[in-house]
Amino acid sequence: MTDTTGPAAGDSPASSRAHLDNGGGAPLHPLARQALLQSLDEGWADPHRLHTEGRRAARLLDGAREAVAGVLGARTEEVRFTASHAAALHAAVLGTAEARRRTGGDVVVAATERAAVLHAASAAAVVHGGERHVVGVDLLGRVHLDAFRAAVASPGVALAALQHANGEVGTRQPLATAHDAARAAGVPLLVDAGASLGHDDLPETWDLLAAHPADWGGPAGVGVLAVRQRVRTVPPGPEDADPWAPGGVSVPAAFAAAVSLQAVVADRAAQDARRRALTDRVRGAVAGIPDVEVVGDPVDRLPHVVTFSCLYVDGEALVTELDRAGFAVGSGSACTASTLEPSHVLAAMGVLTHGNVRIALDRSTSEQDVDRFLAVLPGAVQRVRDVLGVGGL
Amino acid sequence: MSGPGADDRPGSRGVVVDARGLRCPLPVIRLAAAARDLAPGALVTVLSTDPAARHDVPAWARMRGHTMADERHADPSPTAAPGEAGQAEGDRPTWALTVRLGPGG
Repeated sequence: MTDTTGPAAGDSPASSRAHLDNGGGAPLHPLARQALLQSLDEGWADPHRLHTEGRRAARLLDGAREAVAGVLGARTEEVRFTASHAAALHAAVLGTAEARRRTGGDVVVAATERAAVLHAASAAAVVHGGERHVVGVDLLGRVHLDAFRAAVASPGVALAALQHANGEVGTRQPLATAHDAARAAGVPLLVDAGASLGHDDLPETWDLLAAHPADWGGPAGVGVLAVRQRVRTVPPGPEDADPWAPGGVSVPAAFAAAVSLQAVVADRAAQDARRRALTDRVRGAVAGIPDVEVVGDPVDRLPHVVTFSCLYVDGEALVTELDRAGFAVGSGSACTASTLEPSHVLAAMGVLTHGNVRIALDRSTSEQDVDRFLAVLPGAVQRVRDVLGVGGL
Repeated sequence: MSGPGADDRPGSRGVVVDARGLRCPLPVIRLAAAARDLAPGALVTVLSTDPAARHDVPAWARMRGHTMADERHADPSPTAAPGEAGQAEGDRPTWALTVRLGPGG
């Protein structure tokens, strides 16, 4: 045939796109979709009502709590659904600070915690007359343990927060040691597992835990908050029939979240090996591009996340260039944020914030997607640098 | 925007690069361009209103084998390029970031 017959089958722009920006918003897992459709039919009613339809919805919600609790190693009654991941983090921080206000108003956080944790910690400290202590991290993004230990042991601490792993750079935190330090000080530890649950083995070293269904292929519009029974909390808002999720949660979303969590946990080991090999490939290839720094821990990290910063590169231009080539990637660079502030995670680590590219591989991301990305990346970086005229710097 | 200019005051900040009003990665690029022409051990200071520069200049220095000599809110009276850039970024503070060049250049 001639080359005038148009693109080959399967080569249309839509099918050649690869979505590599799955942190906090992965495509819906096939079983989540199925569960969502099923529970839209069966679980649409208000689960507080006593009629048949209401009880059916309540059964789906109870089943969802039980399933999530099973994965977390928690009791069913310790697990609650919230309206979103951020809402779960806010409720955890504010609800614990309120319950422990007689102990003190201070909240200890790592510098790389999610913005929802940092802001809630500030808000709680203001309300209770305390301070927010931000503990720094090293070049890999790992919290300074001695400083964390000292901070939680100081008097007047209501709560400490440390994420399981960072969704921007992948680095895991030393949770077991941090939890020991918090326990020794009698301070409850909030663990944000929003970037890790569904992707990585979760330790049971937490007092409160928040997780993010949309991150593992569940639906948006639902969050998970688990609180050990030994931890005192007070619902932070006005009185409501669902004090931890005022107005109630979406039963179909909660049910689909639970079904997809069970599904991703079931083949987690295989997906871990597969995606770890692919992110290793990205790390190796990217390091071969001049003046590009891969950030985050190379080994003790999430399996699916890889982030790098390109010196003398405009992050917005690079994201646009890659998008044009068919690849959706994230970025922590200031010019890609509406605030023009760079990622607080990259800033806290002391790594380059400009020219940043953040990749989180989905379970549906193929080896071919990654190879095609690595084939176009060096040229895209070079084109952006050429526009800026930085040769020889 | 001016190019590099020598600061003649005692206790100087070395060559001063005025990158006020420029957004990332331009402040670092201007700084690197100035550093290319300087000898190891020289001081070079970049003035910037870009929030990213405060993080990216130290990161650039680390990647290039230079060291940070100083970082502070800039003098209200600029040492280079009087005029246009001063208020361009509204309320954003100006930072003066001083680097001592390492042996690599």
